[in-house]
Amino acid sequence: MTAPVGIREAPGENAPRLLEVEAMTVAFGGVTAVDGLSFGVNEGEVLSVIGPNGAGKTSAFNCITGFYKPSGGHVRLGGVDITGKRPARIAAMGVARTFQNLRLFGELSVLDNVRAGMHVRIKQNAFDAILHTPRYHRSEQEATDEANRWLDFVGSRGNRYNEVRNLPYGEQRRVEIARALAREPRMLLLDEPAAGLNHNEKEQLLDLLRRISDLGTAVVLIEHDMGLVMQVSERIVVLNYGREIADGTPTQIRSNPAVIEAYLGAGDDVEEEAEKIAHQSDDQIFGRTEGEQA
Amino acid sequence: MSIDDGSRPERPSNSSANRSRPDAADASGFVNAVDDRGDTKVALAGSGLAPGKASTVNPLSRLISHPLFGLVVVVLAIALPFINSSAYTIRISTDALIFVMLAVGLNIVVGYCGLLDLGYAAFFAIGAYTAGVLTTTFGWPVIATIPFVVVAAVIGGVLIGGPTLRLRSDYLAIVTLGFGEIVRITANNLDFTGGPNGVFGIPDFGDFGLRADIATYWVVTVVVGLAVLASARLGRGRLGRAWRFVREDEDAAEAMGIHTYQVKFAAYVTGAIFGGLAGVLFAVHQTAISPPSFNFLYSALILMAVVLGGMGSTPGVVVGAIVIALLPELLRGAENWRYLVFGVLLIVVMIFRPQGIWPHRVGEKPAKARRKRVVEDEPEVIP
Repeated sequence: MTAPVGIREAPGENAPRLLEVEAMTVAFGGVTAVDGLSFGVNEGEVLSVIGPNGAGKTSAFNCITGFYKPSGGHVRLGGVDITGKRPARIAAMGVARTFQNLRLFGELSVLDNVRAGMHVRIKQNAFDAILHTPRYHRSEQEATDEANRWLDFVGSRGNRYNEVRNLPYGEQRRVEIARALAREPRMLLLDEPAAGLNHNEKEQLLDLLRRISDLGTAVVLIEHDMGLVMQVSERIVVLNYGREIADGTPTQIRSNPAVIEAYLGAGDDVEEEAEKIAHQSDDQIFGRTEGEQA
Repeated sequence: MSIDDGSRPERPSNSSANRSRPDAADASGFVNAVDDRGDTKVALAGSGLAPGKASTVNPLSRLISHPLFGLVVVVLAIALPFINSSAYTIRISTDALIFVMLAVGLNIVVGYCGLLDLGYAAFFAIGAYTAGVLTTTFGWPVIATIPFVVVAAVIGGVLIGGPTLRLRSDYLAIVTLGFGEIVRITANNLDFTGGPNGVFGIPDFGDFGLRADIATYWVVTVVVGLAVLASARLGRGRLGRAWRFVREDEDAAEAMGIHTYQVKFAAYVTGAIFGGLAGVLFAVHQTAISPPSFNFLYSALILMAVVLGGMGSTPGVVVGAIVIALLPELLRGAENWRYLVFGVLLIVVMIFRPQGIWPHRVGEKPAKARRKRVVEDEPEVIP
């Protein structure tokens, strides 16, 4: 196993490598969104990918899940090269994701949305559906029960029988996670799951992320909410300008000068800046920055 | 026989939703505020939060959403020759039923899967010509042509769907429009299809000792009834769900492991088979077919039946097809004005029911699902 450069003292370093991204490059016209990115995800760990806006986090996600074809480099899942494979293939191999802006099937019922995650596992063909064979009834019942279980798991309390677009935003986020979990992924990629959630909902998300991790699923998180990132992550990868600039435990990342520079520009008091990230509150950061400028 | 998920279920968790979620109350307050402003669209979007809508109380919708309603309709259709057996009634009823089959077939492509097909009459033509040529030139019985019709329809679907289903919807519409015209013009110019004269003298299924047109009517009723049932059931199964996922959001479907290209292909080919089989019925019913029967206007009318009835809703599409097929006949009294009246009526329906006459209702019946939901408190039992 060749550990990519930049991984030091990662927790669970001895755990087998689930995902390996090697020198991945994505370019749109003249803009290089991801520039030779290398990082890895271990089985069952909770990894956060952070970085300023436009650092290439979502592009990297899209490459891993097959939505973009990287112009260079390799992505390996459990040792199998999945570079440039169709998203459906990658998903079927055990990678599930959520989207930065909710991508639910708005006109369909909540249960149907979750059933989407089980699609590749539902044992039934078109003739079963037309003839209503016992196999059809059995698989539909199993799918419904399982969808209900996943919705319970994520703590969804809304009406499950009607259109998902009728649910409040926070509930829809949960349904999207339930849908991804129903894929029974080995690795779950969450793109800004806390965006738009209130404090209470963030607390519940934190709890949910821990329970997902307890299922043995590796969780990769893109998130701007530093409080959440610091609490839930076992390891953090920091991107800037499409490259990895740091990789380590939350504690290491907090005091990493490169990270602080990426987020706040070159500061004169590194320790103090680090404190700000550690305490995550946006208004606090802005308040003090303005104070220093004055 | 329940044709579709037309019924609107009770809302089991509404009260609990309001109880456990503090912002639900705010949301329905917002909905009320919007309601007062009369913006129905926004109000509709939030209607899931507002408890008990009146639509469940409406006796008409309760009647038509009854599970036995579909069966009653089928019995009535079969009983029609006993009620009125004039040649005219039987002829327009047979026409209408064939049109229903076309509409439920196109509904799979457009309604379920969201692929805009403007050349659907091409498959209708392929089916009709395959049956027509095999029966007249080679003297086969109609039944024996059916496997070849299916194969021909699938080949047509593969030829046109294979390269174009990778395209986005609007391009697909243009390509299918062209395909429809190509098929018609090809039939117009080939010798074995009879050129502009078409194929005539197509035999029927046999008269079973009955009046020939009534025998054909009953065969058509049974075939179309089964087709409607099959398309409704397909729409609710695993593949039908995949079609709806693709229609709603292709990327999200793909991210769930659904091979969207294969799924779209399946919808297109299934639609082609329905169209081809409807073509067989048409050839038998008309006994003569010629290229002008399969022009673009016909494709447009089928699409109109789907949209008018309610995309993705089997009972809606059936009603839409019957309306489109019979309205011009019922308007004969208006003489030269009838197509004008027809057009105006369609516009009026679309203004007052933009989702269609009988739109698809999403609500699932919770009873079945609730049975095993006692485990609610123990979410750890994840498979």
